[in-house]
Amino acid sequence: MAEIRNFTLNFGPQHPAAHGVLRLVLEMDGEVIQKADPHIGLLHRATEKLAESKPYNQSIGYMDRLDYVSMMCNEHAYVLAIERLLGITPPPRAQYIRVMFDEITRILNHLMWLGAHGLDIGAMTMFLYCFREREDLMDCYEAVSGTRMHATYYRPGGVHRDLPLEMPRYQESKFRSKKEVARLNEARSGSLLDFIEDFTARFPACVDEYETLLTDNRIWKQRTVNIGVVAPERAVALGFTGPMLRGSGVEWDLRKKQPYEVYDQLDFDIPVGVNGDCYDRYLVRIEELRQSNRIVRQCVQWLRENPGPISVDNHKVVPPRRVEMKGDMESLIHHFKLYTEGYCVPAGEVYAAVEAPKGEFGCYLVSDGANKPYRVKLRAPGFVHMAALDEMVRGHMLADVVAMIGTIDVVFGEVDR
Amino acid sequence: MSRKTETLAARLREQLGEEFELELGPGIELGITVPAGRLVEIATMLRDAPGLEFGMLVDLAGVDYLTYGMEEWKTLQATASGFSRGVRRGSPPVSPDTPRRFAAVCQLLSLTRNHRLRLRCYAPPGDPPRLPTLTEVWPAADWFEREAFDLFGILFDGHPDLRRILTDYGFIGHPFRKDFPLTGQVEVRYDAEQQRVVYEPVQIEPRTLVPRVIRDDHRYDPAMKD
Repeated sequence: MAEIRNFTLNFGPQHPAAHGVLRLVLEMDGEVIQKADPHIGLLHRATEKLAESKPYNQSIGYMDRLDYVSMMCNEHAYVLAIERLLGITPPPRAQYIRVMFDEITRILNHLMWLGAHGLDIGAMTMFLYCFREREDLMDCYEAVSGTRMHATYYRPGGVHRDLPLEMPRYQESKFRSKKEVARLNEARSGSLLDFIEDFTARFPACVDEYETLLTDNRIWKQRTVNIGVVAPERAVALGFTGPMLRGSGVEWDLRKKQPYEVYDQLDFDIPVGVNGDCYDRYLVRIEELRQSNRIVRQCVQWLRENPGPISVDNHKVVPPRRVEMKGDMESLIHHFKLYTEGYCVPAGEVYAAVEAPKGEFGCYLVSDGANKPYRVKLRAPGFVHMAALDEMVRGHMLADVVAMIGTIDVVFGEVDR
Repeated sequence: MSRKTETLAARLREQLGEEFELELGPGIELGITVPAGRLVEIATMLRDAPGLEFGMLVDLAGVDYLTYGMEEWKTLQATASGFSRGVRRGSPPVSPDTPRRFAAVCQLLSLTRNHRLRLRCYAPPGDPPRLPTLTEVWPAADWFEREAFDLFGILFDGHPDLRRILTDYGFIGHPFRKDFPLTGQVEVRYDAEQQRVVYEPVQIEPRTLVPRVIRDDHRYDPAMKD
């Protein structure tokens, strides 16, 4: 009789469904997975060590590059940690702007996830639909910070600048006719807030559209229902956070339980799943899209009614305005010191966490009183979820690995740091 | 200290006795430092004791205290001679008053009680530094400990699968230690003759762009505050 052995299969590191650079060594018994050994670190850039070699403000841009589909949320955790050590609180307008962009980021991230997850398990249309809406939100990033992705917009003490009164507009070219440009620019004729408000009015219908395609789709359900079930107790023990934890039916969201910025003044709900499978996590994320939309709407309204400062007035931390610098010696000195040396942060340590789209994104910061952090440890939700992949895929089929990687919502920028 | 933190502090004192000092960080954060010998015992207690119930290990970070509190520019001395900016070779200035170099710092979270705690454990002196594993208490510690081993070289006794995780296959050294240069030790290039990628000693000069300085800022002096 022929000898029957387990088969070792290499998945990645270059595989379209690996969401970046994941190498999985799978031990297979026929088509059933016995063991999965993820090899990560192919995108390791030593962000934490780099941050330890630079003044505080110069590392904000590195945070964007961690989880590169939820950029501002990463900045938020880092900036929050510095603020707590310095003992400063940004003015309310800055807090609302941050919350609004956190939620825009959440929508951006969930759209990316939905598109990629759909594409992985056979729903091509989703990818196109999701990227259509993502483009609008990218424009918001661009309007406020000048870049579509790596914004470096949050600063200790507030945000870099106030919301612009004008949106960038499309221009006629040989690829875009006058008529098309007029259609695209219709929503862009007002301020950024007008544009965002217009988006929030359109967006719920878009979510309905996604749901029409997927929620009752037979193939979608066959690929996700009862796949990758995680019991609530197990999810807690494994350190799951975000939609991964809520999908298992644990009601836990930092925005509600340990509110930061102005989340305690906003009205929104936290969806939770029941079965803890891929389908429930899908439903949770879809509902989060709607809830985020709700939060953005409330922020837009508040920001319209309440103009004010967008960062603290403390020029030991926040650079003075350029105009002041021209005539005021004190401002010039502050500017010079901030950009050559940075500011010293009092000795101590702090752990600041935000509810990033993927889960709890935390920043553990140790300062010894210098102008550079002594130790920065970034707690990436994807890292913890990836660690549990082995447990989740055991006993499933090979094709389910792809569904599982998708449901984790893994981005290697943050896993490998 | 908020009321919630006070309650947690009282419960911790009840369970731990007066032996451990509670460290209060900025805001509402509490921390304790425990000896390596009792780490697993105390961690299990923190997880199971009613009123504490730290069911989730949120994060575990390795820390190297080798150069803690050291500056690259001594501002007062250098004003007479000027500052030298640029290439730096050799080991960094070593902090004289940190007898305990490596530590593992855990962030704990209780979902039922909604509170956090920082649990720190210094590795006893010795090379390599060793600490007991927490994988038996919180399964989430698995990859965090692999990471701390990879980046800091802390050995976690009893860990089921202590392999490198983030660095390259065949990597030598522990890159997040403070005496490991930022530029690394080796660089890679494609060699056309051998038709493969080869490793060579790194050619980049280690430069200090912005020196590390510590200003004794009176604004942060606790004695100066109200």
